[in-house]
Amino acid sequence: MATFTLPKNSTIGEGKTYRAPAGAKNVKSFKIYRWDPDAGANPRTDTYEIDLDQCGPMVLDALIKIKNEVDTTLTFRRSCREGICGSCAMNIDGLNHLACLKPIEEVKGDVRISPLPHMPVVKDLVPDLSQIYAQLRSIEPWLKSETPPPPDGERLQSKEERAKLDGLWECILCFCCSTACPSYWWNGDRYLGPAVLLQAYRWISDSRDEATGERLDALEDPFKLYRCHTIMNCTRTCPKGLNPAQAIGEIKKLMVERQG
Amino acid sequence: MAEPTIRTLRSPLGRVRGLGSAKGGTHHWWMQRVTSIALLPLTIWLIFSLARMPDSTWQEATAWIGRPFNAVLLLAFLAAAFHHAANGLQEVIEDYVRGEMARVGTLLAVKGVCALLWIASTLAVLRIAI
Repeated sequence: MATFTLPKNSTIGEGKTYRAPAGAKNVKSFKIYRWDPDAGANPRTDTYEIDLDQCGPMVLDALIKIKNEVDTTLTFRRSCREGICGSCAMNIDGLNHLACLKPIEEVKGDVRISPLPHMPVVKDLVPDLSQIYAQLRSIEPWLKSETPPPPDGERLQSKEERAKLDGLWECILCFCCSTACPSYWWNGDRYLGPAVLLQAYRWISDSRDEATGERLDALEDPFKLYRCHTIMNCTRTCPKGLNPAQAIGEIKKLMVERQG
Repeated sequence: MAEPTIRTLRSPLGRVRGLGSAKGGTHHWWMQRVTSIALLPLTIWLIFSLARMPDSTWQEATAWIGRPFNAVLLLAFLAAAFHHAANGLQEVIEDYVRGEMARVGTLLAVKGVCALLWIASTLAVLRIAI
């Protein structure tokens, strides 16, 4: 059966508490998942008390402040700090989000932070994404066309054709959606997950692409595509406001349509 | 600390490509929709019909089943309901049951039970109606 409980060496214990500096008035606690592969110990939750008067507004600001000023061993990914690189995706207050786009004040009570759910953890808040990157590679996310481009310019699209890509091209591949999907948790080795299926649909609906049929062939599979049961966690959690569930629905409609 | 267990050195891309696409699943997904839509009016009809005869005798009940209109709708209901049940249970099994042998075994058992129940209930209606 699918595993619904954590194995013994993954149960999370209570960790250290780092107190706020004396005199801090606007204090918020950040409870952060910690796991060090070299320590050989179970994961733990460390508590960091942060003076919000001395901290930027976003959760990522607090994480950077902790790493700079409180505990340099805290490990997380971040790059652009403005919601375009997708590096700082993590589970904040029970919902996957980008730490750089999540205002601290939106979280009631303590801010609980853990890595993206159900992925192998490299260290602390850093998940191992090699499988999901390989899945993205497997749907061949690039333009495939036998017709050569016009010698004097780019491949053209009508405005309507270009409009079909809206809501798809904005995906930054943070994988908040795939790691929020129970179907991906239970069958991630075979189910492609919402992020990768949205990318697949991005190329299926591109008027310049000539491999639509091949792309549908590759997806037509009880596990690769049809593990989606419209649970809709993907759409609820997407930090960019996209709708992967709808993209998957459109792929299923095309599958039925081509059967005549 | 315990040494990490490496079970495969196959590349991530090789693993996710796996055995490739089964080129199927669309019919299963579509029939799940079709049977659920068919079951909507059929179930409402059945519930209303049964609610209207709580005190009927054996003779009245068999006479009701024996009417061609009722028999046809009953047979349609049974076909759609058992198809839908087998179809839905297959989804659950594929979601949660691990191991090729266990999955195929449970699938065959569930589909066998659904098929037998469908045949038995259909035979019951036919024996009364014909």
